[in-house]
Amino acid sequence: MSLTTDEVKKIAHLARLGIDEQDVESYARDLSGILELMARMNELNTDGIEPMAHPMDQVQRLRDDVVTERDNREKFQTIAPQVEAGLYLVPKVIE
Amino acid sequence: MHNKTIIQLAQGLRSGEFSSVELTQAFLKRIKRHQKLNTYITISEDSALRNAKAADVRLANGNPELLTGIPIAQKDIFCTEGVKTTCGSKMLDNFIAPYNATVVENFNQAGAVLLGKLNMDEFAMGSSNETSYYGPVKNPWDMNTVPGGSSGGSASAVAARLAVAATGTDTGGSIRQPAALCGITGLKPTYGRVSRYGMIAYASSLDQGGPMTRSVEDAAIMLQTMAGFDEKDSTSVDLPVPDYSAGLNNSIAGLKIGLPKEFFGDGLNSDVAAALETAVNEYRKLGAEIREIAMPNLNLAIPAYYVIAPAECSANLSRFDGVRYGYRCENPADLTDLYTRSRGEGFGKEVKRRILMGTYALSAGYYDAYYIKAQKIRRLISEDFKNALAQVDVVMGPVSPTTAFGIGEKIGNPIEMYLSDIYTIAINLAGVPAISIPAGFVKDKPVGLQIIGNYFAEDRLLNIAHRYQQVTDWHLQPPKGFE
Repeated sequence: MSLTTDEVKKIAHLARLGIDEQDVESYARDLSGILELMARMNELNTDGIEPMAHPMDQVQRLRDDVVTERDNREKFQTIAPQVEAGLYLVPKVIE
Repeated sequence: MHNKTIIQLAQGLRSGEFSSVELTQAFLKRIKRHQKLNTYITISEDSALRNAKAADVRLANGNPELLTGIPIAQKDIFCTEGVKTTCGSKMLDNFIAPYNATVVENFNQAGAVLLGKLNMDEFAMGSSNETSYYGPVKNPWDMNTVPGGSSGGSASAVAARLAVAATGTDTGGSIRQPAALCGITGLKPTYGRVSRYGMIAYASSLDQGGPMTRSVEDAAIMLQTMAGFDEKDSTSVDLPVPDYSAGLNNSIAGLKIGLPKEFFGDGLNSDVAAALETAVNEYRKLGAEIREIAMPNLNLAIPAYYVIAPAECSANLSRFDGVRYGYRCENPADLTDLYTRSRGEGFGKEVKRRILMGTYALSAGYYDAYYIKAQKIRRLISEDFKNALAQVDVVMGPVSPTTAFGIGEKIGNPIEMYLSDIYTIAINLAGVPAISIPAGFVKDKPVGLQIIGNYFAEDRLLNIAHRYQQVTDWHLQPPKGFE
């Protein structure tokens, strides 16, 4: 199993991850090598095995529906790249 | 002062032999003198001295804890309010954490003095500390070699006596492997034992924080402060925390130790194997029974891990979007350009590789073949541990196939780097605790012995490891130039 440079570009787009044109080939090569390593998993028949998502096989703990956090908006926005009137600013999305 | 244990320092602070301010100043001086190791990303000199002064008051007025006034350092993955918290990445180079991780809060409550934040592989992805945006950390035993990773700054700083003790995090070996390569003690607790709140996430079902210290005795004290239920972490486990120091000296006569034959096959350096054999013999002398066991699915741990961890990483790191905090690119043309370039410019190559890998493994058409398959193998590996730990009390083995390797030696070949995690990764997949302790030297470089125990049996692991440190002195030997 190996990845083409076009596939790498497609995955990078899915992840909204900019990669330099000159690096695409080396990513394709690295990822193909990693996929080869992963292919070793197919040596083992795993039919009927329950997938394990979590070491404790825990389910999510629930809590009462009450307010536990203070409003920290101002504090959190002091480290934001760009804010105005309490809102996070991004480039215009609607013309 | 810098060679003393936590208990010795606590006694010195109480007897008036030295103050916390003097102790803190001594460590700050050492940190500055040894900056070429590149262990610290941030040195919190002012706040450290302020907190040391407060600790001295607390010591004088009564009600101090064992760690009150003791200078420690945090891996730069733990959010620390008002302090730059970078996770080793350009993405967070400008990030001043607005709140404390629970682990940081616990040390603050205990009155420990925070010296600063320690270097690490970017977002904890790496086994050599070479992926850090802040440059590689050096191993004090040989400046041309890596300290291991991802908690490389923590391991190097503790080995070089630039902090009494430090925290680390371990997703696939990131506490144990650098501990082994730098000749210190490192414990990865059971998944869920130490809160992950405020610990920047890499792979959430595998990440676990733990102590990195010179001795097991110190590790027990550090873990005491770190462990416990935290309602802010949804996977924190609500079980009582035992007194980790109470049973350190218990006899281990009759202890059953299992050696998986899969851990001692090809790929393990023969000198490292010989050092481990000597260590196991020491346990025999202490009254342990040794038997060979089989863990047939261990050989698939690396492929399964390198599906699961990147998959979780690709989801976790989607939060770094250049909108709310962290790096933002200059003059974004539109929203997609803002996301794509902020992430493209903010992340380094290994992080990108894992995001790409994880995105691929989770994408339509490949999810079952990779992600579900890996989770099934995770189940089998976890059962290997359950079966083994039903027959024996602990499993022992190597931590790393070799001693510290050269800076630049493996960084160009990601797969070779991944393969060096072979003995540590399965433990995270299963979620059991494991400790690495110094077990000798090969050509003047430290070797680590790994001891793996049952879920929540950290007290037993610490006891077994401590008994070894009472009959050996590997852990007391400082690197040359750092005495």
